[in-house]
Amino acid sequence: MTPVLRAEALTKRYGRSWALAGVDLEIEPGELVGLLGPNGSGKSTLVKIACGLVRPTSGGVSVLGYPAGSPAALASIGYLAELFRFPGWLSADELLSLHQRLSESEGGAPERDELLRLVGLAEARDRKVETMSKGMQQRLGIAQAMVGSAQLLFLDEPTSALDPVGRRTVRDLLEELRARGVSVLLNSHLLSEVELVCDRVLILQRGKIIAAGRPSELAQPRGVEIETATGVRVVEGAGRDDVPALVAELVAAGEQVYGARVLRSSLEDVYLEAVEGSMS
Amino acid sequence: MQEALRRRVFVVVLVLSVGFLVLYGLGAKLAFGETNGFADRAAQTGLDSRTIAGATILGLAMFAILFLGTILVVFLTLGAVRGDAERGLLQPLLVRPVSRPALLAARFIGAAVTAGAYVALIFLGALLITRATGDYWPDRVVVPMVQLAAAVAIMAAISLLGSIWLSGTANGIAVFMVFGAGLTAGLLGQIAKALGAETLESISRTLQWALPFEALYQDALSGLTADASGVTEQIVRLGPFGGAQAAGPLLLPYAVLYVVIIGALAAAGFRRRDL
Repeated sequence: MTPVLRAEALTKRYGRSWALAGVDLEIEPGELVGLLGPNGSGKSTLVKIACGLVRPTSGGVSVLGYPAGSPAALASIGYLAELFRFPGWLSADELLSLHQRLSESEGGAPERDELLRLVGLAEARDRKVETMSKGMQQRLGIAQAMVGSAQLLFLDEPTSALDPVGRRTVRDLLEELRARGVSVLLNSHLLSEVELVCDRVLILQRGKIIAAGRPSELAQPRGVEIETATGVRVVEGAGRDDVPALVAELVAAGEQVYGARVLRSSLEDVYLEAVEGSMS
Repeated sequence: MQEALRRRVFVVVLVLSVGFLVLYGLGAKLAFGETNGFADRAAQTGLDSRTIAGATILGLAMFAILFLGTILVVFLTLGAVRGDAERGLLQPLLVRPVSRPALLAARFIGAAVTAGAYVALIFLGALLITRATGDYWPDRVVVPMVQLAAAVAIMAAISLLGSIWLSGTANGIAVFMVFGAGLTAGLLGQIAKALGAETLESISRTLQWALPFEALYQDALSGLTADASGVTEQIVRLGPFGGAQAAGPLLLPYAVLYVVIIGALAAAGFRRRDL
């Protein structure tokens, strides 16, 4: 099966600094991939190259087998930039209509209505962009990215301006996209969200992928927490397989055991470890 | 266009234009009043005072119209690429199967048609005022009007080209400096011609080929008195802000070619621009 996105030996140099220093990646159909990394690590550059907004220095990117930036590739993607602005005089419905014309979508009013409903803006279809809050504009931006049945969405910090309810809406939306077979490359600093929704995570540092895998694979066991009558004990380095022996040992020693829990590192721990490790 | 409407650009332009036409009407009435006083004596010496006054003040109006049209077109285009990209307006449009040159062409056509229509409208207004206040009607109307609109279209192309690399403010400054350079070239040409300074005339001619909006303006001025002759012709040829100078039939095709070349350069630059 052709990957929806493939980057091979991708580099980008701005002056003397390398924004991307050899990135290889593939995203499969229906896969939700989180792209993590500190500011300036090359996340946005990678997304912009895939969208045809920036030219790579070397290497290549293809979308569904078409070169990034080509009309066929652009017809298959949707993009929400980290910094974006829509014409303030347009209503939500007019903005989506404009993007339908640009993407030659034949979805018409039903598609616009559905997209606005999905992002929780059904009541705001006639509201001008300039009267919307930043959070509403961000949700409208996601709807705009979805115009034309895109098969791959690039969402660059899509929840940065959203309140908890808005974030929940976007999370549900991402699940919905996954169910529809749409692939998503999610660029975010909100690690907890990425951990919740993404199938796979890539950590980018100084233009290189320094860690990649499923969140559950990346998260390592870091001990076992056992609750006894005398308090909570943490056995560092122990894993799930050690629990029966640890409990048996405590019971044999006369302790009353009320519970045991395997502690795993969170994605945040993995991220910090990977980033700090690559800097040292 | 809609952004210009929202920002009340057109309201400001309309108010200023009406103000300009009212002041122009007053000035034309005064000028014709003054010249009518010695029209008979002038006629005895072979001077057509009405043509001199009419062509001169209409020429002044044309300069003002060119300037106002340039301001309008520059403000419609100065941030078309880099400015809009920095504001995040451009990227959502470019991540669609629409080519960058097509987007640029749309911006050019929008700006050139808007400013061209504006220039034509104000020119016609000034023409009617001149007729009403001094009973003067120029020898040519349509060609000078088209040439003014074409001059403004050239400014739109130059401004769009600059917008690929320059920020809005820097591009605005650059385009007005180019505009000033073109006008200065025209003035220098007139001075050089009067003094017989060939080198200066050559420099002026080169600059006018490089910036043909000035040649279009001078040819448009020349069209006002295309049928004048004798002393009257000599006087009106001196004209205000760069004299009237017929440019020949190749100027308009050259202007079209010029816009195409500038457009091609802009398209090539835009294609290579990282956003």
